[in-house]
Amino acid sequence: MATIGSFALLIALALSVYSFVAGLIALVLRPATDDRARNGRAANHDHHSFFSYLISMLRQGNERIAETARRAGLMVFVAVLLAAAVLVIAAFNNDFRIAYIFHHSNRDLDAKYKFATLWSGQEGSLVFWSLLLSGYAFVLRLRYKTDPRLFAYASVILAGVQIFFLSLVNFAANPFGLLEGPLRADGSGLNPLLQYPEMVIHPPMLYLGYVGTTIPFAFALGALIMKYPGDKWIHITRRWTMVTWGLLTCGIFLGAHWAYSVLGWGGYWGWDPVENASLMPWLFGTAFLHSVMMQEKRGMLKVWNMWLVFGSFWLSLLGTLLTRSGMIASVHAFAQSSIGGWFTWFTAIVFAVFIFFFFKNKEHLRSEHKLESLISRESSFLFNNLLFVLLTFTVLWGTWFPKISELVQGNKVTVSGPFYNRVAIPVVLLLLILTALGPLLAWRKTSFESLKRNFMWPTIAAVIVMIFLMIAPPSWGGPFGLRPWVDISYFYSLMALGLCVLVTATISSEFYRGGRVISDKTGQGMFASMVQLTHRNTRRYGGYIVHFGVVVVIIGVAGAAFNQDKEQEMSYGDKMQIGGYTLVCRSYTDEEFPNYDVEWAVMDVYKDGKQIDTLTPERRFYRASQQTSTLPFVRSTLKEDLYLTYEGLNQDTGHPILKAHVNPLVMWLWLGVWIIIGGTALCLVPNAPSFSTVPVAKRVERPATATPVPAGD
Amino acid sequence: MDSQLANMMTKFNSIRRAFQCSLLALAVITLAGAGDPASRFHDLGHQLMCICGCNQILLECNHVGCPDSDGMRTELTAAVTRGDSDSLVQQAFVQKYGPTVLAAPTTTGFDRTAYIVPFVALFLGTGLVVLVVRAWKNRPAPAIADGLRPLRGPELEQFRDQARKETDL
Repeated sequence: MATIGSFALLIALALSVYSFVAGLIALVLRPATDDRARNGRAANHDHHSFFSYLISMLRQGNERIAETARRAGLMVFVAVLLAAAVLVIAAFNNDFRIAYIFHHSNRDLDAKYKFATLWSGQEGSLVFWSLLLSGYAFVLRLRYKTDPRLFAYASVILAGVQIFFLSLVNFAANPFGLLEGPLRADGSGLNPLLQYPEMVIHPPMLYLGYVGTTIPFAFALGALIMKYPGDKWIHITRRWTMVTWGLLTCGIFLGAHWAYSVLGWGGYWGWDPVENASLMPWLFGTAFLHSVMMQEKRGMLKVWNMWLVFGSFWLSLLGTLLTRSGMIASVHAFAQSSIGGWFTWFTAIVFAVFIFFFFKNKEHLRSEHKLESLISRESSFLFNNLLFVLLTFTVLWGTWFPKISELVQGNKVTVSGPFYNRVAIPVVLLLLILTALGPLLAWRKTSFESLKRNFMWPTIAAVIVMIFLMIAPPSWGGPFGLRPWVDISYFYSLMALGLCVLVTATISSEFYRGGRVISDKTGQGMFASMVQLTHRNTRRYGGYIVHFGVVVVIIGVAGAAFNQDKEQEMSYGDKMQIGGYTLVCRSYTDEEFPNYDVEWAVMDVYKDGKQIDTLTPERRFYRASQQTSTLPFVRSTLKEDLYLTYEGLNQDTGHPILKAHVNPLVMWLWLGVWIIIGGTALCLVPNAPSFSTVPVAKRVERPATATPVPAGD
Repeated sequence: MDSQLANMMTKFNSIRRAFQCSLLALAVITLAGAGDPASRFHDLGHQLMCICGCNQILLECNHVGCPDSDGMRTELTAAVTRGDSDSLVQQAFVQKYGPTVLAAPTTTGFDRTAYIVPFVALFLGTGLVVLVVRAWKNRPAPAIADGLRPLRGPELEQFRDQARKETDL
């Protein structure tokens, strides 16, 4: 098995090298037909030496070389798929001769986690990365007819990236290395923290997002190298970026949900370097999805967009370097090794290649239009991009600061949640203001009066809600009774919630105004009109839905200001009071399962004297890995989560210790993510054809015509 | 045009003054609200890290049998009960456990740069955007072929309205 896997990886590398070299030759040498046309008779005199004869032959066979390069690229996917399949089959067959399987699986491991073994360790996850990359490249190479020349450039660039990752799995982190000595009876088992259903989905999603940033980069660099005429490449890139962004969003939030459901500390985001690493390309991607509209609509920000696409890819490489090299201390001890040097060199090479072509061809990226007013959609996008890039920089700065501090003052410092709360929250609030303002601004120019008119009612609504939240009695529970003078976190929450209302009101007014126009024209009901409106400009209204999803997520985050927790040792019948809940310990016991032993408590939950639920938090001990893991029980409602963790038995008394958290509004966070995903999917749906309500003859009669302004996005 | 600009500036100054007053009032009220031992324990406990290697905030460390967090919490409770100031408590923890016990860099010495740099970047970035906007605004309009006259003012607005009506919905 191991031999087949190793051989498949080697073949994949060889095919990638061929795809890169042959693709490059085909691109460097102009097509034979063009050549003959351009050089005429001169070409006939080039046959004096063997070298020039060879060049001439290669030029004549140019298209065939390009096709072989493309097909070799397609076959890379088949070879890597075979290697990945071999690794999964080895996990299911308990082939503990393979070191990777021995270290990340065991006989009693559940089938779904045996499948997840593929990405549970360094070597396997790099094979998985190569598989996804070759999968993306496979799709791209199949769709080459969209624009053969641009796709050929992108294919060569992708082959270059594939060579790097396949070199890693062939020479630095081979997943098919064999264990020396006698055959082991059982494996060491999978890390208990990874034995959770979401762990089967979270890494693939995150990797799809990470790896996906390579595709826009390949198109962007390809377009830059070939000085691509027109903006078609940006349309292609935008769709790929949107898909990648959506997958990265899913990956990030699945990770947050996993942390909340498994780690047992009651939170979902710890600003750990690994979390930050996933956030940075996401922030850059978000900036690009906004600024790309400037290029499409107005032919502006071409240089900036090029940098954003490159930045997303480069940051995903940097994130991988951070998480796998052990360069920065992280709770995610997963997959640290010596491949840091490889990644450092690769990120440097990628940077150098991009810089070279950027300076060589930057004249090609001139803006086509001028900015007419500060109060315009264009300038709001500029500030939006500034804030996203600043946020990325802040996260990068915070992640690296312990290292910088060590270099400068000789000692490390911790940069955790409190730092980011101070620095990042104000920027997020500014972004929310822009999210509210953006839809109200027209392209080119907006009059101050019209802005004031459109902004007045949403602002009044936001202020009313903020006053209500401030004066409501705290006994109603979070987020009511938000007195900003009590704590700075309350101030931030109040501002965030107020701005969420503002954004929701401006988005709603956009839907309402558009729906009303269609309703007036067609006589349809308002809801049907708004559906039609959305269908006619899916990107614009899908984008608004994404914004609404972000608002719902922020409402969920704002609830964190009211989090409460309590820890208590509990025997039979003991009570714990937290929030409005009374928890009564009915029982506690232990049990054995094939893969683990479990201790758990049965807790009855009472509210206002009535029993409303029974929770069973547990703690598992995995025999193969000799590690423990908590499995909190979360009772979720729209108002708040009751989150209960079984922390273990007190060795002196034999009674369990339980920790309860009341976390307001957390469910909003997960709901918001679904809305974001729905909005992103909607953006990818093609627009419905727009119907005309104005008779054609009437249009012709008009004395003057104007160039149509594209619908805003 | 100038009077409009002057009006806008006056409005902007009034808003700025109101904002500054609100911030000052908020700061006074916020400081006045601090001091309750339970909330101090909660706040300080969230500014310190557990040093067992779990990389968690002290009050969020959830390991039963953690060799450090229980002792650290007891020390924190004692310090708050004694009435030690926040900075004194933090200094004592730093002396005993090292600077990594603080969950965020301090606001003294080199650590200060951790907070300054992002805001400097914000101001520089904002300045840069403003410069870019100005440069773009002052850029000459693209030439129009065949001697056609570029549209301006109400005529241009009329065409824009027409274009929006015909294309936006």
